[in-house]
Amino acid sequence: MRLSHGGIIDRSKPINFTFDGRSLQGYAGDTLASALLANDIKLVGRSFKYHRPRGILSAGSEEPNALVELRMGARREPNTRATMVELYEGLVAHSQNRFPSLQHDLLSINGKLSPFFAAGFYYKTFMWPASFWEKLYEPLIRKAAGLGRNAALPDPDTYESGHLFCDVLVIGAGAVGVKAAHEAAIGGARVILCDEQPPSDAVDMQNVKYLPRTTVFGVYDGGTYGAVERVADHLVVPAPHQPRQRYWRIVAKRSVLATGAIERPMVFTNNDLPGVMLAGAVETYITRYAVAPGARAVLFINHDGAASALAAMAASVMAVAAVVDARPASSAVIRDMAAAFSVPVFSGAVIRRAVGKLAVEGVEICTRDGGVVRFGCDVVAMSGGWNPVLHLTSHLDDKPVWDDAIAAFVPDGLPPGMTAVGAAAGEEINQNITPLWSVPDADAKAFVDFQNDVTAADIRLAKQEGFIAVEHLKRYTTLGMATDQGKTANVNGLALMAMATGKTVPETGTTRFRPPYTPVALGALAGPHRGKLFKPTRLTPTHEWAKSLGAVFVETGLWLRAQYFPKPGEDWLAATNREVLAVRQRVGICDVTTLGKIDIQGPDAAKFLECIYTNSWTNLAVGRARYGLMLREDGFVMDDGTTARIGEQHYVMTTTTANAGKVFQHLEFCHQWLWPELDVRFISITDQWAQIALAGPHARDVLRKIVDEAYDVSNAVFGYMAAGDVTICGGTSARLFRLSFSGELAYEIAVPARFGGALAAALMAAGAEFGITPYGTEALGVMRVEKGHPAGNELNGQTSAHDLGFGKLLSKKKDFIGRALAARPALMDSARPNLVGLKPVNESDRLRGGAHLLAHDAEPVAANDQGHVTSAVYSPTLGHSIGLAILKHGASRHGEIIRVYDPIRNSDFLAEVVSPVFYDVQGSRLHA
Amino acid sequence: MRIHCPHCGERGLQEFLYHGDATVTRPRDGGAEPTPEWTDYVYFRENPNGVHRELWYHNVGCHAWLVVTRNLRNHQIMAVESAYDVALGRSS
Repeated sequence: MRLSHGGIIDRSKPINFTFDGRSLQGYAGDTLASALLANDIKLVGRSFKYHRPRGILSAGSEEPNALVELRMGARREPNTRATMVELYEGLVAHSQNRFPSLQHDLLSINGKLSPFFAAGFYYKTFMWPASFWEKLYEPLIRKAAGLGRNAALPDPDTYESGHLFCDVLVIGAGAVGVKAAHEAAIGGARVILCDEQPPSDAVDMQNVKYLPRTTVFGVYDGGTYGAVERVADHLVVPAPHQPRQRYWRIVAKRSVLATGAIERPMVFTNNDLPGVMLAGAVETYITRYAVAPGARAVLFINHDGAASALAAMAASVMAVAAVVDARPASSAVIRDMAAAFSVPVFSGAVIRRAVGKLAVEGVEICTRDGGVVRFGCDVVAMSGGWNPVLHLTSHLDDKPVWDDAIAAFVPDGLPPGMTAVGAAAGEEINQNITPLWSVPDADAKAFVDFQNDVTAADIRLAKQEGFIAVEHLKRYTTLGMATDQGKTANVNGLALMAMATGKTVPETGTTRFRPPYTPVALGALAGPHRGKLFKPTRLTPTHEWAKSLGAVFVETGLWLRAQYFPKPGEDWLAATNREVLAVRQRVGICDVTTLGKIDIQGPDAAKFLECIYTNSWTNLAVGRARYGLMLREDGFVMDDGTTARIGEQHYVMTTTTANAGKVFQHLEFCHQWLWPELDVRFISITDQWAQIALAGPHARDVLRKIVDEAYDVSNAVFGYMAAGDVTICGGTSARLFRLSFSGELAYEIAVPARFGGALAAALMAAGAEFGITPYGTEALGVMRVEKGHPAGNELNGQTSAHDLGFGKLLSKKKDFIGRALAARPALMDSARPNLVGLKPVNESDRLRGGAHLLAHDAEPVAANDQGHVTSAVYSPTLGHSIGLAILKHGASRHGEIIRVYDPIRNSDFLAEVVSPVFYDVQGSRLHA
Repeated sequence: MRIHCPHCGERGLQEFLYHGDATVTRPRDGGAEPTPEWTDYVYFRENPNGVHRELWYHNVGCHAWLVVTRNLRNHQIMAVESAYDVALGRSS
């Protein structure tokens, strides 16, 4: 019921919202929880396991019960705490975990069956028969489990992330936190003040960055704190360009923990009925939101702190029927306050049980002398003491310590730079407390963990079955494992275990916490990095040129490369076949800029290459290039490429596209850590040079037309594997390499990146008379398979040099990375799967990558597996499908017929093992 | 975590790549045979409950390899050195 005055709500701004389809009204400044209570709605959800009716327990982020689905459609968010949802115009919320309705929930039968659903129920019950698990038990459990429903649609909103730096981070903008921030700012410190609540007028300071609606959820190493700012969660839809949430990494030299304390429930039978609330929450609803959660309350306490709640209730329209004080003798603070409002006090008494169906209707009080007194009431305000919110203090492995004087854990060791103040440090809470962890005879309806339906009886059962250690207790009962992480439950649960075992709380264990303090949306952690922004897109220098020719692009790592250049009516295969044949018969060009390029210089450059590559480099002449093979130190192949010597002390290395970054990092490692004495320097020039392959029988004819007269590119002077600086098109600096990936007479021409598009256009113009054709990565791939060049599918980190037929590249005369372990007998064993070519016996059969290889008469079982197809293409040159594969004993099995088995794509046929080089085995074309 | 790069100053963890143990040394002139010394170097690692020396790479920065002395229990960083300088000292 809404009070006529008071609170910090704005009565001039009524707000319309709906709950389970019912139109309701609240005010600006309300939370969904306070607005529901103002509308006398107490039943908000059903519990996780027993589907018991649940209401609103708290007024803060610790809420275990009042979880709702907020918003609709793609913005629907399950398990939001009604106590933390700021009311906004048009808010739509639905209750969860009920069928068909909140009032009549069929699965509440689980509550009747609770003796069978106690802790460990699933482990014990669904053990047998094993065959029932997948088909029957798991689907049943999955259907019954869980609370809210995910939106199951892409999140339409955006998220941001960023860094903040400060001298002092104050966590919590209560009175103590505001004071700390104020004092730090006066002292000249850069201060950030974070608070999980909406902006408060009480915080108004210069020189302080105030982040309301911001939860510091984790403490990380080096003074780093994770925080989520809920920028637009209080709006129907975020404003244009406004993120829903922001994830902040805050780096702070010092921090002040001013997070306050969370109240402990009392453990008695039916303490989960709607209307049974934390006393401090009742006080908050009255004083902050001007809402009386009911008409008539009974207060159940064991310390002095609830006096203010008593005063707030009694001073409002609420009647307080009784104060039940579990302490043998109630204190003067409570007695005087009760007397002031003429409320009877029962000292040494407990509430044995609450009664009611969908909400609390009364309580049974067990008095000091063993009598039973009954009171009708619609609110039970309970306070078993307060627990300092010290979660953040234990994120770096520090343990809180038990303070007997206030019967609570308090911070002990703290993360570097952190200071705890106020209630978070255990100050001024739980005065004159006599701990009451549960009332006598608390049974299977006396809840400890509301969200996970863990009862006092479950904890006794855990003890009886030997799950006594606190971590076992947690896993056996699921205590503290729900989305609220046991904020109201953990200490009570631990103390109940202590009681059951006859030990003290500190002897039983401590509760420790990991991040996050409250649930964090994955969207916030991802920030802007999703969709096309998940990673950068790199465009080749010829991208616009290729686009103008209608190229279809493919993602290769971060790069977008032209995949093929379809002519009208062509599909990818027709275009690729045409491109391959054009290169084989005439001439073509392809952008190969994406290959990693590393410029290596220095007196020891050759020595350095000797260390990196398996083969020899000191004998490579200036103006020549060579194929090189790199191993990892464990002897497996890491990467390959060509390196050209373009000066006495100057080399240009190429790597595969995929490994460009990895190889560069590897070179840095080898130089800085393994061979620092080598006088060598290198830098990545992948982005600085555009590189285009010119391939085909007419390649030299085209090249002659663009390379300036001064340079002789004849076969005699610039033969296969030649390399050198030239100028082209009348003075443009370029590097020319006679390399061939296609197997044809071919060159690679490198120019400063900005000239990439112009070079492509110049080559097209020069080659027009020869029928020049641009080709993409598909044709490139077809031609490399035809030539048997291993690429990414073969250099998969599991193949050795011997597997790929590169054994002769392992120098015996020098040290190199991977040399020793590559010499392990098992890595040179010819029985290992090694590289072969495959040709289907029936030429209409299509080889596919990933198909398994079996002896032709072998049963298709894993034990008979002999290898797999690594790369497969249709070869327009040969007119049938070809493939590369790794096959056990492959090198000695050329000519054998084997079975190619691919059950996933329903193919099963015979193929002939052949040399991996399908085309121009002698290599005469590339030497032409 | 924050790492104080000797070249770039204190930077966030996101700029660095972790590599591994900096206490193992590649056998110099270790030969071509896959001796136990080699397998120790490549495969065997201590995982001390306390202070350890590790190699990190300042990937989104100066590309320096770093030797980071770090307590594995609480992630406290005691020292960050240029791996190049450490390696030069070792080989001289």
